[in-house]
Amino acid sequence: MLGMSMTTVGLAHYLFVSLVLLCLGLFCVLTRRNAIGVLMGIELILNSAGINFVAASRFGSSGFDGQVFAVFIIMLAAAESAIGLAVVLGIYRRMRAIDTSRLTTLQG
Amino acid sequence: MQALRWIVLLPLIGAAINLTLGSRIQRSVGRAGVAVLGSGMALASFAIAVTGFLKLRALEPESRLLLDNVLPWLHVGSLNVSLAFQLDPLSAVMVLVVTGIGSLIHIYSFGYMDEDPALWRFFGLLNLFLFAMLTLVLGDNILVMFVGWEGVGLCSWALIGFWYKDHANTAAANKAFLFNRIGDFAFLCGTMLLFWSLAGLGHATLVFRELDTVVGLLEGQALWGVPVATLATLLLFIGATGKSAQIPLYVWLPDAMAGPTPVSALIHAATMVTAGVYMVSRLHCLFSLAPFTLNVIAVVGTTTAIFAATIAVTQHDIKKVLAYSTVSQLGYMFVALGCGAYAAGVFHLVTHAFFKACLFLGAGSVIHASHHEQDMRRMGGLRTKMPLTFWTFLVSTMAIAGLPPLAGFFSKDEILLKAYQHDPLLWGVGLVTAGLTAFYMFRQVFLVFFGESRAGASLDPHASAHAADHHGHHVHEVHESSAAMTLPLVLLACGALTAGWLGIPSALGGNNLFTEWLSPVFASGGEHHGVEHEGLELEYALMVVSVLVALAGITLAYLVYLRKSLNADTFSRIARGVPYRLSFNKYYVDEFYYGTVLAGTLALSRALGWFDKVIIDGVVNGAAASVRAVSILGGGIDKVVVDGLVNFTARAFNGVGGALRLAQTGNINAYVYVLLIGVTAVLLAGAW
Repeated sequence: MLGMSMTTVGLAHYLFVSLVLLCLGLFCVLTRRNAIGVLMGIELILNSAGINFVAASRFGSSGFDGQVFAVFIIMLAAAESAIGLAVVLGIYRRMRAIDTSRLTTLQG
Repeated sequence: MQALRWIVLLPLIGAAINLTLGSRIQRSVGRAGVAVLGSGMALASFAIAVTGFLKLRALEPESRLLLDNVLPWLHVGSLNVSLAFQLDPLSAVMVLVVTGIGSLIHIYSFGYMDEDPALWRFFGLLNLFLFAMLTLVLGDNILVMFVGWEGVGLCSWALIGFWYKDHANTAAANKAFLFNRIGDFAFLCGTMLLFWSLAGLGHATLVFRELDTVVGLLEGQALWGVPVATLATLLLFIGATGKSAQIPLYVWLPDAMAGPTPVSALIHAATMVTAGVYMVSRLHCLFSLAPFTLNVIAVVGTTTAIFAATIAVTQHDIKKVLAYSTVSQLGYMFVALGCGAYAAGVFHLVTHAFFKACLFLGAGSVIHASHHEQDMRRMGGLRTKMPLTFWTFLVSTMAIAGLPPLAGFFSKDEILLKAYQHDPLLWGVGLVTAGLTAFYMFRQVFLVFFGESRAGASLDPHASAHAADHHGHHVHEVHESSAAMTLPLVLLACGALTAGWLGIPSALGGNNLFTEWLSPVFASGGEHHGVEHEGLELEYALMVVSVLVALAGITLAYLVYLRKSLNADTFSRIARGVPYRLSFNKYYVDEFYYGTVLAGTLALSRALGWFDKVIIDGVVNGAAASVRAVSILGGGIDKVVVDGLVNFTARAFNGVGGALRLAQTGNINAYVYVLLIGVTAVLLAGAW
């Protein structure tokens, strides 16, 4: 079922795109030192999850559950970005920096 | 007989009243009140004793015994002792002497102690002494006797130290008490030995009547190779030497003269000091089993007699002379006991009680009249000023010197006869003592009553003129004592005159009533009888010799102290004055005791103190130190091991925490790495 075929676009293709997207998001989260960059990476991860939901719903038999979840994820991502940017802004005001390598006040 | 207990109890009641309420009686009723109470109790006791004596005389000689069993006392195991009193011929004699002479001395005391504020205490103690002494002589077993034995020692102590504000008196009292205690200890040991030996033979008893019958069983018994009878009697005799002032325990008696003179007369001449003689006579059955002890008694008695007599010759104190005379006369009594002539010893005890009490009371009369002067060198010429005292004193002196027909003659000659039959050497020493006795007693009479008055004279020849002036106005006119003092003197002098007639030997046509009276008591003890037929000539010869010796002593005293045709100094310079100094300083026996016994005791105490301090304290301190060391060790273990474990736990957590702390970098990227690794691991684990 996951077998790749060049003629038709199947579930595997969507999952592959979603995987690439996840990896890019992870890579972004892991490597970015800028807090805003990290937030952007999180956006990519969320969207890869959204693609998975939609693809699974399109090729599955559960109606529109996946699409509903995708809509929720878009809404969640918007809220998360807003709160995340607010946090980053607060941190910046306090620390005069958004470089995560310097924001280590939580260390033990 | 129920009345017997009252002989003992009446003086006790008198003592109890006088010692508790006496000071109040003296204040409200007057001095006569306490005196009448005290003397009345003594006289009442005497009256009962006389009725008891009469009742005893009415009985058959063999059954002469009155008993008063007051109450059972100790019934423990095989020991069976009652508080009981017995009156037999021997104790009757003693009771009559004690209460009779005691009563006279009570009366005398009222006159003698006329200035003492504590008259009530004096009479209370005198009564208490009578009580103890009567318990001693009336007790029907050794334990009751021992109670009295201790009691008289206590009263003696209290009365010697009667004027306790003077340190010398209390020191003398303590000395007397301590020397008595040594004897008492031996007495107690002897009693216990006797009791255990008899108990071992199945006849445990301490009652005199029963002892007389069972004591024969001890023959052949031995302890550590020594016959039990010998050992027990030797211990008992040591007790007697303490109470009756014999060598080696006699030194307390001369010092006991620190007490008031009536006390010296009653306790230290007539009664208490004869307790040893009475005890030996009472246990004569036991002593007769031990010939060795009897020999020891005879030798000690003879030695004491001549030893004390030689000291008495040089003393200046009127009472000291009498004290050494008492020691010497007690020695005579022990000679008689040692020869097995118990009746003769008791006879001398009785006559001696009369004349020695009279002598002491006469001396007291002199001392009282001359305002407590006791040195004979400051007396003299009292013959005309105190005629009654002089005559009674003279009669008693002749009695003690052994002039016929006075009391001392009969009793002393009986002893000398028995001594001669026993061993002529004893007799010889006794004879010399008799001569010395006559000499020093008449020396006393001549010094005190004859010649010029030397009242207030200085004793230091170099300063005599000045001192005589100085003391001159202190000398008061000496006059005869009051009737309360002279009446007892006269009665005692009559006794000194006549008491000997009770024992006139058959050789002189008498029937020796005294020995006959005591014969039921001493019959069982193997008393030597029937010596009369051995040779009347011998008896007469001995009498003549002893009277001649006495007369020689008197003549010598007359020549030296009255005619002064012989100078006393020439005698004291014999052999460079060594004998004189020895006698005057009492042979340095006190110094010897101080140097040996006292110093030894002190050294022992010090050694024991050292032992206590170093060894005992060392052990205690060592224990403390070891506990401390163990505690330190325990503390160390606690600190190092236990605390170490606890701290190690804490440090381990601290270290682990510190290590784990490094994982909390605070870097959010690192967290995500870890998250990723974790998720990957979970996924891989799920797939696998």
